[in-house]
Amino acid sequence: MAPENPSHPSENDLPYVLILKPPPSFVIFGDRFFNSTKFRFLKAYESPLPLAHFLLAHAQSVQAILSSGGAPVTADTIRLMPLLRLVVTTSQGLNHIDLSECRRRGIVVASAGTIYSADCADSVVALLIDVLRKVSAADRFVKQGLWSSQGEYPLGSKLGGKRVGIVGLGSIGSEVAKRLEAFGCSISYNSRKKKPFCSYPFYLNVRELAANCDALIICCALTDETHHLINKEVLSALGKDGVIVNIARGPIMDEKELVRCLVEGEIRGAGLDVFEHEPDVPNELFALDNVVMSPHNAVFTWESFEDLRKLVVGNLEAFFSNEPLLTPVGLDDQPHFSG
Amino acid sequence: MNNTCVLVTCPMFTYLEQELETRFNLFKLWDHSSSKAEFFNNYSSSIKAVVGNTKVGADAKLIDSLPNLEIVASYSVGLDKIDLDKCKQRGIKVTNTPDVLTDDVADLAIGLALAVLRKVCVCDQFVRSGNWINGDFGLATKFSGKSVGIVGLGRIGSAIAKRAEAFQCPISYHSRSKKPNTNYKYYLNIVDLAANCEILVVACALTEETHHIVNRKVIDALGPKGFLINIARGAHVDEPELVSALLEGRLGGAGLDVFENEPEPPEQLFALDNVVLVPHVGSDTGETSKAMADLVISNLEAHFKGKPLLTPVI
Repeated sequence: MAPENPSHPSENDLPYVLILKPPPSFVIFGDRFFNSTKFRFLKAYESPLPLAHFLLAHAQSVQAILSSGGAPVTADTIRLMPLLRLVVTTSQGLNHIDLSECRRRGIVVASAGTIYSADCADSVVALLIDVLRKVSAADRFVKQGLWSSQGEYPLGSKLGGKRVGIVGLGSIGSEVAKRLEAFGCSISYNSRKKKPFCSYPFYLNVRELAANCDALIICCALTDETHHLINKEVLSALGKDGVIVNIARGPIMDEKELVRCLVEGEIRGAGLDVFEHEPDVPNELFALDNVVMSPHNAVFTWESFEDLRKLVVGNLEAFFSNEPLLTPVGLDDQPHFSG
Repeated sequence: MNNTCVLVTCPMFTYLEQELETRFNLFKLWDHSSSKAEFFNNYSSSIKAVVGNTKVGADAKLIDSLPNLEIVASYSVGLDKIDLDKCKQRGIKVTNTPDVLTDDVADLAIGLALAVLRKVCVCDQFVRSGNWINGDFGLATKFSGKSVGIVGLGRIGSAIAKRAEAFQCPISYHSRSKKPNTNYKYYLNIVDLAANCEILVVACALTEETHHIVNRKVIDALGPKGFLINIARGAHVDEPELVSALLEGRLGGAGLDVFENEPEPPEQLFALDNVVLVPHVGSDTGETSKAMADLVISNLEAHFKGKPLLTPVI
C-alpha cells in the first residue's frame, strides 16, 4: 500500500470547523460554498442530538466555529468546547457572539471586515431616496394602472441640501457619508467617541443629532448601550419632516414608538432593513406609503457573497496554517451585548 | 401688468397658477376645451405669453393662432414640445428652467438604478405581503463599482456622473462631441458606450438626432447583464424594442421615468420585477417645483419690464 503523501492529507485528517446552523450562503448556494482542501465542516444541525450533547460527543477537539447571525455563539457553547480558539462570522454584526467570554478564553474572532460596507451604504442611499422621492410607492401607482386614471402623483422631497445625521461613523457610516455628500447633503454624526481627523460636526448626544438633522441614519453596532437608543425623545427631536433609515439592527430602535410616530404622522417616513422580531414586521407599516422595507438583506448581493466566500475560506485557511488572520477583531475595543 | 394676457396650457402646479393669477390676466387653456374656437376668436390676439410644460408646450398650431405672442416660458428644462424654429421666425422669446431641477433629476436617476439593481421595490413588496415569514428573499446585484455610461454629458448628465463616482462607478459617456475638462472616457458611438458599460443612463435633450437613440443595437450591446435608466424623454428609446428585450431577458433591467405615450406606459412591463416605473417625476419635489415656478414668473416679469431674461433659450 503506497504511503500517504503528507502534503495531501486525506479528508479524514482535516481539522473540523463547527457550524451550528446553516448560514444564509448555504441556504442559497448549498453546503459546499466554503469548501477548502485545508478543513472540513462539522454540521451540528445535521445531528438529532440536542446541542450540548452534540458538543460533548463530537466537538471536544474542535478549534474553530463558523457562525452567522442566526447561529449565535453563547457562553454555554464556548464552555462546552475546551479547545475552541477561533470564531469566524459571516455577518457584519457581532452582537450574536459572547465577546466577553471570547476575551476571557483568549478566543479570536474574525469578522466580515469591510466587505459589506459598500452594499450597506448603497442600501441606505437607496432607502433614503426611495422614501424622499416615493420611488416604490410611485412604482406601485404606475403598475396598478393608476397613472392614466388618477393623473398626478404627489410631490416628493428634495434630497439635496438635507442635513444627514449618522449614528455610528464606522466603515459603513463613512461610506454613507461619502455618497450622500455627492448629493449635496451635509453630514454630522454621533459615535461613542469623536473621530480624530474627521471634519463632520460631532454630537455627543443622539437626541441633539436628531434635532439638527433631516435624515437620521442608523449605522452603529447593537450593544447594551445602543439597545433602544432611538427612542421617543430622539424621534420627537427628529420631528415631522424627518426621515429615519435603519440598516443596522432592529433592537437599536424602539419599534413600537417608531410605528406610532409613523402611523400618526409625527415623522416624514422611514427606510427599514431591520426589525426587532424578524421576520415579523409590525402590520401597521404595510399600509403606509412613506415606509420602505427590506427583509434584512442589505448585504445580499452576488458580489458580497463571493467576497464573503473568499474571506471566510481565507480566514480559516490562515488559522489552520498558523498564519495571521485576514480580519481579526480587537476584542478590547468591543462593547458587550448581553442579548 | 395685471392686464397682460398669459395663457397656461395645462394644469401643472397650483402654486404656479396662483402666482400667475396675481400678476397677469391668466387664461387656462383647459377651461375652454369645449369652446376652443370661441376662446381663440375672443382672446387670441390679446395673449402675449404662453406657459407650457412637457405635456403641452407650444407647437406650430398654437403659435400660429396667437398673432401677438411675445414669449413662451416653459415650466421644464426640455424644449421638445416647443416649435423653436417657429419661435425664431416670429421673434418669440423662449425660456426654460435649467439648473434648478438638475439635482432632483440626477438624484432620481441614481435612485432608479439602485432600485432596479438592488430590487428595492420588490423587497418592499415581499415584506409588505407577509412573505418574509416563509423564507428569505434571495440575492440582488451590487451597485457600487458598476460602470456607468451616460448619454449626454450636460448639466444633468454631469450631476449623475458626480453622484455615481461617489459609489466608485467608472464613468464613460457619449455626446455629440467630446467635452473638454473631463476625465471620463468618451465614446463617439453610442453602441460602443453600451457595449462597455453596465448601466446606461439617458440624459440628453430630445432632438431629431436623438429620437430613438437607444435602439435595438444599443439594447443588444447593453445585454442581459446590462441596465437602462431613462430620465430624459420616452422618445429617446425605441419602446417596443425595449419591451421585447425585457420580456425575453435580453436586457438585465430598466428604471424608467419617461415613456413614449405618457401617461400610458407599456402594460407588459407591469409584471416585471427587474423594471421600476415612475410617472415622470424627475423634478417633482415641493422644493424644485417651487423653484421652477419662481423662475417662470421671474422670466415673464423680466420680459414685460423690458429687463434681461434670466434663462433664455432664444
